[in-house]
Amino acid sequence: MTRYLLRRIGLAIATLWILSVIVFFAGQVLPGDPGRAVLGPFASRIAVRSFDHQIGVDRPLVTQYLSWVGGLLHGNMGISYSFRTPVEPIIVTALGNSAKLAALALVIIIPLGIAGGVLAALYTGRAIDRTISLSGLAASTVPEFVSGIVVIIVFGVALKILPYPTGSLAGLSVPSQLDHLILPVIPLVLVLFGYIARMARAGTIEALDSDYARTAVLKGLPRSVVIRRHILRNSLLPTITVIATQTGYLIGGLVVVEQLFNYQGIGRQILSAASSKDFPMLEAGILTIGIVYMVATLIADVLYTVLNPRLRVGVSG
Amino acid sequence: MTATPDVAASPGQVPVAHGLAAPPAPWRLLLRKPTFLIGTAVLVFWVVCAIFGRSIAPHDPLAQSLLARNSPPSGAHPFGVDSIGRDVLSRVIVGARDILLISPLATLLGTVLGTVLGLVMGYFGGIVDTLIGRVVEAVLALPVVIVAFLFIVAVGPSPLTLIVVIGFIFTPLIARTVRTAVLVEGQQDYLASARLLGERPGYIMFAEILPNVLPVIVVEFTVRLGYAIFAVATLSFLGFGVQQPTPDWGGDIAANYGLLGAGYWWETLFAALAIASLVMALNLVTDAIEQVISS
Repeated sequence: MTRYLLRRIGLAIATLWILSVIVFFAGQVLPGDPGRAVLGPFASRIAVRSFDHQIGVDRPLVTQYLSWVGGLLHGNMGISYSFRTPVEPIIVTALGNSAKLAALALVIIIPLGIAGGVLAALYTGRAIDRTISLSGLAASTVPEFVSGIVVIIVFGVALKILPYPTGSLAGLSVPSQLDHLILPVIPLVLVLFGYIARMARAGTIEALDSDYARTAVLKGLPRSVVIRRHILRNSLLPTITVIATQTGYLIGGLVVVEQLFNYQGIGRQILSAASSKDFPMLEAGILTIGIVYMVATLIADVLYTVLNPRLRVGVSG
Repeated sequence: MTATPDVAASPGQVPVAHGLAAPPAPWRLLLRKPTFLIGTAVLVFWVVCAIFGRSIAPHDPLAQSLLARNSPPSGAHPFGVDSIGRDVLSRVIVGARDILLISPLATLLGTVLGTVLGLVMGYFGGIVDTLIGRVVEAVLALPVVIVAFLFIVAVGPSPLTLIVVIGFIFTPLIARTVRTAVLVEGQQDYLASARLLGERPGYIMFAEILPNVLPVIVVEFTVRLGYAIFAVATLSFLGFGVQQPTPDWGGDIAANYGLLGAGYWWETLFAALAIASLVMALNLVTDAIEQVISS
């Protein structure tokens, strides 16, 4: 187990390193130079060149990469070109905002998705199952910004019962923050529902078919007890761990939803950094998301292994 | 060269009792499914819009009537007018073109590359399989959104960029599915006899295995096509796809959603409904095909 864990962590670190290289060099290929992007089209060539020299982008690429990584290891993400202030506080605030949105989405979607999946499994092949499965599938294929537009128009513009745009949550009370987050959460929930419900359905069907479930039924336990004690316990934990593998989709959804709702999260920060060629911000933002993603998938893998002894490798060796 | 896959692959179907009628052809089963028919009708509608959009549209999708800016739906403009005075209905109709061109091409690229990779991995196994597997694993370990984003930011947005990026991202995913199918197929007798006959690996892979794993690839293609439409629409919305003023659903929504707060809902709603109807229709078709193939 320890060996498997170490191997997984090693792999995650290696992937992060590859990501840092890709991020850095992709940033370098960006058309246009930062001095010109920051100072505008009317700045003199000399001013642009001295700006580039000041921020160090006229040095050789490898030197730049090494000093960037060196800084990162010391917790220094660099100075934003656009804001002229250190990148970290901006990234930390944005990440916190995104985390709020993501956490609320997960709090809603996990019970909802599992309930839908279990219900579908208990009525396999019947109308309820077809409805849940098909609507889940349909919901998960509609892009977040499309369902977002629809909920904005219905609840924010026509009925005016929920605030739009979401904007900044700074200085708002917790209930009011929740109020602001409901609309942007809906598209995220819709996209994830289908997948989680499908997983929960498959897990439950497998548990229903198992020998221990049949034994429980045959020894005369009521159906509700069998479902609660035997089926759910065995089908839910794997489902929950599988949810962690959806972090990638959730991150993608956050980028879109934050943009649509004008919410100051990390996705929006990265998008605006990309359009203003603010490399330090862009690189720090993407690397941060990469780390979050790695940690989430690592936790998912480990949990999955712990809960499925059959998948545990390296126990013997 | 006499090892015909059809004969060799049929032992599973031999025990069918003689008195029973032969099962109807798959496409006949499809035509009986209402979900398939509805989905196909909607898809055909959008394909017609994509091809003949310019002639169907009541107005020029690029023409701006500045006096009519932001005017709500009316007789002359059933879907209203957008923030710079363009007819929304015409833009929705013509806007079908790029997404319906980019998404299938991207999926096709990913399917072709993924199929070749999957066939090679599944057929040769061993070191080739491990080596490609590792690369695939590494690609999948990165958040897909981020990879796409970085690539597009670096290369610059264009329809071709979208096709290449989405196609490349799909390649490892499709390769994995095809590989699994090939591994299952690898245990069949016809492959052993083909090998014993001394046929070349290329011939065995493409002439004997490929036709037998084709159903898997077809299902994979339709499923991926849905994801491709999702990705193309989303990337266009984020500004990495088709650029304005070309009519495009995602791009038009991006250009106009800032005015939702002012109550101008018609400028974004119809494009949003167009995207939703397209992906849902595709899903109905995919779901029906999957059911027919698995039954």
